[in-house]
Amino acid sequence: MTDNDNTNGSAGVPGEEPADGAETRRPRVIGTPPPAESHRLLSTDTPETDGDPYAAGPYPGMAHERSEERIRSGVRWAALFFVIAFLGSVAFVAGYVIFQVGDLWQTKWSNMALGGSLTVILLAIASGMTMWVRRVMPHYDVVDERHPLPSEQPEKQDFGKFFMAGAKESGFTRYPLLRRTLMLAMAPLGLLPLVLLRDLGPLPEKKLRHTDWKKGTKLVVDGTGEPLRAADFSSPGGIITVVPEGKEHDLDSIAKSTVLLIKLRPEELELTEEQMNWTYDGIIAYSKICTHVGCPAALYEQSTHRILCPCHQSTFDARKAAKVTFGPAARPLPMLPITVDAEGYLVAQSDFHEPVGPSFWERG
Amino acid sequence: MTTPPTPKALGGVGTYIDDRFHSARFAGVNLRKVFPNHWSFMLGEIALYSFIIILLSGTFLTFWFNPSMHEVVYDGSYTKLHGVTMSQAYESTLRISFDVRGGLLMRQVHHWAALIFIAAMFVHMLRVFFTGAFRKPRELNWLIGATLLILGFVEGLLGYSLPDDLLSGMGLRIAEGVLLSIPVVGTYLMFFLFGGEFPGHDIIPRFFTLHVLLIPGIMLALVVAHFMILWHQKHTQYPGKGKKESNVIGTPMYPAFAVKAGAFFFFVFGVTALLGAFAQINPVWLYGPFTPAAISSGSQPDFYMGWLEGSLRVFPAWEINAFGYTLALSVLIPALGIPGLVFTPLIIWPFLEQWVTGDKRQHHVVDRPRNAPVRTAFGMSGVTLYGLLWLAGANDVISERLDVPLYGTTWFFRFALILGPIIAFIVTKRICLGLQRRDAAAASHGYESGIIKQLPSGEFIEVHQLLTEDAETVAVAKKEVPALAAAVDGDGVPSPGSRSMMGRVRSRLHNFVVKDDIPVGEPHGNGHGDGHGGRPELGEAEAEERKELRH
Ligand code: HEM
Ligand code: FES
Repeated sequence: MTDNDNTNGSAGVPGEEPADGAETRRPRVIGTPPPAESHRLLSTDTPETDGDPYAAGPYPGMAHERSEERIRSGVRWAALFFVIAFLGSVAFVAGYVIFQVGDLWQTKWSNMALGGSLTVILLAIASGMTMWVRRVMPHYDVVDERHPLPSEQPEKQDFGKFFMAGAKESGFTRYPLLRRTLMLAMAPLGLLPLVLLRDLGPLPEKKLRHTDWKKGTKLVVDGTGEPLRAADFSSPGGIITVVPEGKEHDLDSIAKSTVLLIKLRPEELELTEEQMNWTYDGIIAYSKICTHVGCPAALYEQSTHRILCPCHQSTFDARKAAKVTFGPAARPLPMLPITVDAEGYLVAQSDFHEPVGPSFWERG
Repeated sequence: MTTPPTPKALGGVGTYIDDRFHSARFAGVNLRKVFPNHWSFMLGEIALYSFIIILLSGTFLTFWFNPSMHEVVYDGSYTKLHGVTMSQAYESTLRISFDVRGGLLMRQVHHWAALIFIAAMFVHMLRVFFTGAFRKPRELNWLIGATLLILGFVEGLLGYSLPDDLLSGMGLRIAEGVLLSIPVVGTYLMFFLFGGEFPGHDIIPRFFTLHVLLIPGIMLALVVAHFMILWHQKHTQYPGKGKKESNVIGTPMYPAFAVKAGAFFFFVFGVTALLGAFAQINPVWLYGPFTPAAISSGSQPDFYMGWLEGSLRVFPAWEINAFGYTLALSVLIPALGIPGLVFTPLIIWPFLEQWVTGDKRQHHVVDRPRNAPVRTAFGMSGVTLYGLLWLAGANDVISERLDVPLYGTTWFFRFALILGPIIAFIVTKRICLGLQRRDAAAASHGYESGIIKQLPSGEFIEVHQLLTEDAETVAVAKKEVPALAAAVDGDGVPSPGSRSMMGRVRSRLHNFVVKDDIPVGEPHGNGHGDGHGGRPELGEAEAEERKELRH
């Protein structure tokens, strides 16, 4: 806690500096002069008075007049706060025993009881100490001389010579063979940990190019795992998240293969012929993994047919093969070719024709 | 009054220690250490104390937290999630919250303390920057501080990922996308970090080790180094009466400062506890466990990540596809390039400034920000850039609140991010120069007292009052930037240093720093002094230093 209200001006900062430069170079000069002898700084090596240099306080010459009454009131305040802190601890233990955790509200009460009493304890101690410093202890500033950081020239030179003498004695400077082979031994040492880390993970290979969709894989609803019939998904404007059958609980698979199924009126679609063949009766399937950095592009605005990624607001037009209409994503969401099987269930025709999700170097 | 005798027990302990460590002298010197009084010196203290709080609360959390991605079905106290499949990491976070008394409190204290820690480091760093307290001899402590800030960001991101809730998982997903965007090695880095494809089963345990062991260990070592250097070099101080390059004035460590600092520690801890008790933070039970297919809209990351979020949001969708490779600029630049653009100048600033100004003097009295207009202006443009990026991270909230289309806010930020820092630079520099002029005038003519006097001639004048000694010291505290060593030597031959490319860049920059200089005001109307003529030549740095210290 900082305060500058030094109420005793005379014990503040010395106005003058010592006349001779030698003064400042003394190892450590502490304290500011009492008004009477302001021409000289008191220092720790001043001859002791009455055998007790600290008779007037730890910093000779420093004083701060404050009425005894004010000090006493400060002591009382501080003591009051310290007692409150103690009571806070009693309350804390009581709260720990009384309030049990469990459901949301019980937990909230317990949290408030423990946290509230802890707050009381800590803030009361802080307040008590503040009273102590501000009301009981004297205020004054002490002047401390700095030592120049750079060493004196002779000292530096001596060290330099000493060091080189040592290097010479060791033979390090004299035998290049020793020096160079040592460096040879040391150089690769920093690389070994990197070698050791190789087994942190498998190599990427072509893994990012494939998902778990194959010809004939059923589209099952995310969450329930139920397969979906085209006939059951027939109201235009409908949207549902699907995953490959059998992978409903495989997060690694879902992270790549999740698909957003959208039902539009066939005449609303503006697709190439090939893309048209990837849809079924106005049902169109897009990768749900945003091509920006991979958040689920989960929001769909029915009126404008726009798919929106909530992370950085990339917007894709569901009618136009998920063309990017806004935001930082650089590519459309890949389309999953779908059709129906003999029983009318929606299935994949094949895997995606391009990698899903964020761009990567080898993507091409 | 005499000194009370040392109590026997205390004396006994003291003697025991001294017999073994010869500590009386050492302790005597260090307990007398002086701490200058200024509120801005408390910023670093806040960072230190919140770091301690983080260590304490984090250790408590480790007793129950289970950093595993193994999936279990929840059947704990929070009934709304009964029967839901989730990772053990998420389950144990729920357990800490709902089945451990004080667990939720410690989670919230840990999270709040993390936010306070990073905010305090951030503001502390700004204070050091704007006052030039990073200058020689404190450059290395600046480097340590900048490293701590960056590690703080990383550590916070790691911690945020641990509970494995929907939001933290989304953070990981974004991290995956960013890693993938790195040219050539991106996919490898990603596979090695995650132990395979996203999300895999390794990332949380790995992050846990980094979060509770490696990074805090490094940070602790750096914090200790930071304080040892500070202790050895002593604090800087603001200009004022009696304050010199050769001294430091303030409250001594023992007894007053020790109690002040103690009080402040309890205050910071108390405020953190208050927040933990009454301000809900990261209620992971509302978000549900992570699944890559779901997301809740309107989610915001912790504040210190907001600027990266913003830069990802407003960067245009650039991507280069050529020769069978992809360069995802729309991720690479905002997620890695922009932080580089912010952190690189930040880290090298002390060295850059020293190179440009040629100022190799030791500095213990700090600059007032106005007295280093180019530095201050540069800092303000950095702050503006950061602030705008941060706001851009909330562009959806802004567009909703102000009812403007998202499209509009995005384009606004694209322009603002380029123009804002430039405008901030120009405006700040002008303000600084204006303030300097005012100081110079006040130092030479006093300040306008507002008292109007009528002269015998009938003319009215305003009485100028002289500054107090303290105010005057402050008003003339500006130190001139030294001139660069002569570009042309006595015979008119350009010195080799200034002929090289770098030499020319350097003198251009130097000129830019000093060209608008306002001469330092001379006290008590002794004329205005032309500061330019009297620039100290940069002689041998060594001699300079010693002179500086003695003057
Ligand atoms: C130094 C800076 C640190 C920062 C900025 C930081 C930040 C965070 C954050 C933001 C969380 C998420 C908390 C939540 O809302 O659940 C977290 C979780 C956690 N942290 Fe830290 N932390 C730091 C150091 C530590 C240390 C030193 C330890 C242990 C000794 C630790 C142990 C934990 C544990 C076990 C969790 C997961 C528990 C949970 O989320 O409930 N942290 N950390
Ligand atoms: S991840 Fe979808 S916009 Fe960034």
